[in-house]
Amino acid sequence: MTISELKSLEEILSYLKGQDKVFLVGCSECATVVQVGGEDQTKEMAEKLEQEGKTITGTLIGDPGCHLLHLKRQFREHRNEIEAADALLIMSCGTGTQTAAQATDKPVYAATNTLFLGCVERFGQFREFCSACGSCTLELTGNICSVTRCSKGLQNGPCGGTTPDGKCEVDPEVDCGWLLIYNKLKERNALDLLRPYVPPKEAQVHPGQHSVVRERGES
Amino acid sequence: MSLRPLLGSDKFIVTSEVGPPKGVDMTHVLEEAKLLAPLVAGINVTDIQAAAMRIGSIATCHLIKDVGGEPVVQVVTRDRNRLALQSDLLSAWVLGIENVLCLTGDHPVLGDHKGAKPVYDLDSVQLLKVARGLNEGHDMMGNELEGKPDFCLGAVVTPGGNPVEMQVMKMEKKVEAGAEFFQTQAVYDVDAFAAFMQQASHVKVPVLAGIVLLKSAGMARYMNANVAGVQVPDPLIAEMAAAGKKDKALRAEGKKGDHQVKTSIEIAARLIRELRASCRGVHIMPLGWGHHVPALLEAAEL
Repeated sequence: MTISELKSLEEILSYLKGQDKVFLVGCSECATVVQVGGEDQTKEMAEKLEQEGKTITGTLIGDPGCHLLHLKRQFREHRNEIEAADALLIMSCGTGTQTAAQATDKPVYAATNTLFLGCVERFGQFREFCSACGSCTLELTGNICSVTRCSKGLQNGPCGGTTPDGKCEVDPEVDCGWLLIYNKLKERNALDLLRPYVPPKEAQVHPGQHSVVRERGES
Repeated sequence: MSLRPLLGSDKFIVTSEVGPPKGVDMTHVLEEAKLLAPLVAGINVTDIQAAAMRIGSIATCHLIKDVGGEPVVQVVTRDRNRLALQSDLLSAWVLGIENVLCLTGDHPVLGDHKGAKPVYDLDSVQLLKVARGLNEGHDMMGNELEGKPDFCLGAVVTPGGNPVEMQVMKMEKKVEAGAEFFQTQAVYDVDAFAAFMQQASHVKVPVLAGIVLLKSAGMARYMNANVAGVQVPDPLIAEMAAAGKKDKALRAEGKKGDHQVKTSIEIAARLIRELRASCRGVHIMPLGWGHHVPALLEAAEL
C-alpha cells in the first residue's frame, strides 16, 4: 500500500493560481484506504475548492490511478469534463500523479505528498515495513527489515542507541528494529542467523527509473 | 606512530579525544591536543560529532600531528558513501594519519541539520572490512591500489547496550572484519563493566573503557535520561550534587568554588583505578575539559 497525505489547501491553491476550472482524480486503491483520494475526500476537496471560487468540471476515481491503460480509458469516458478544465488535481500518490500526466496533455498537479510503502495495521493506521531496496534479506532477520526498521538501516547488528525501554534513540516513539529482530530470533532460537557478516547492499541503478517487463503468459 | 605496537604490549593504554570546532579557528583544539600529546597514546578526533556540522576530522588530525599528537581519526558512515569513505581513508593516510576508529555516527536527526540525508551506505562492520581491504592493497571491489595504507583499525562498543548479547555479537563481527582495538561508550559502573568484559572475554583484542568526566549532577541525570547505553549510578550523582552545593554556597559569597571539578576528577580517577583490573586501557572523553586531563591522570596514578 502506498501511504500518502494530503497537502495543505494553501499549497494546493498556490499551484492552481489562475486555473479556475479543475478536474479531480482520486484512486480506488491505496488513496481510498489511506483516505486521501477516495469518494469522500474528492467530494470534500470539490467543496473546499468551490468555496475558494474554483469550478469543478468533474471528478473520477482512478481504477486504480496508477494503471495507465485503465486511467486513459476513464479519461476518455470523462473527455468533455477534462476538456473543460484548466487543470487536473490528482489525489492519489506520486505514481498516480505521473500516470495521470501521461494520460492527458492538461496541466496536472499532485494534491498529496507520498510518504512510504506501508502495511494497514488497522483502520487509519499505517506502518512502513519495506523500503523496496531491491535486495531482500528478510530471511536473516526474522522477517523484520533492518533496512527499514533500523533508523540507520544497519545490516550487521544494532548501534549503541537502543534505549533501556527498547526504543530507538532517534525517536522515543519508535521501537529499535534490531531489538525486535533480536527478540524474534531469540524466541525462534535462531540468533546464529545474525552471526555471519552481511555485505553492503548494492544501490539500485537508476533509482526512479525502475521498470520490469514481463512477457504475457510468464508466471 | 601507529597504536599497533602499544596494543601488542602489556602496557595500560590511555587515549583521549578532542572535538573540532564549528568554524576555522583551530587555536583551542590545537592547544588541547598539545596538552594531551605527551600524556596519552592517541588523540581521537570526532567526525562531525553529534551530527552537528563542523570542520572535518581528517584536517584536524593532520594539524594535531604537527603539534606532536598521535591522532586517531574517527570515521562515521553517516555522511559519505562507499566511494567517499574509501577515498577519504586514503587521503588520511597520505596526511600521516595511521589510526582509524570506524563507527556509524549519530543520526542527523540528533544534530543541527535535521533534514540532512542519512547516508549509511556502509555500516561500521562493513567499513572495518573495507578499511582492512585497503590495508591489503585493494578497494572494496577488489581493484588493486597503487601503494597501500597500513591503518591500525579500531571500533566502538556500548557495554551497557540493550541487549548486551547483540553488542558482544557485533564485537565479534568487528574483530573478524578487522578491528584491532575497542573504545567503549562511557562507563560508570565498574561491576557492570566487569560483567560485560566477562561476557566478551572470548574477544581477544584490547578494550579501552570509556571515561567521560562528569561536569555536574545535572549532566549525569541528563545522560541517564537521554544517552542510550549510559547509566550513572545514584551514588556518583549524589557525590556530584554535594560538590555542586558547596560551589553554589561559595558563589553566594562571591567566591569561586572548584568542588565539582575536584569531585569529577576524583570519580573518574577512582573509576580508572578500579577498571584497570578488567580492561587494557581507558579512553578519556573530556568533552571540553581537556585541561583537567593532566590532573586526572595524576590522580589515577597513570
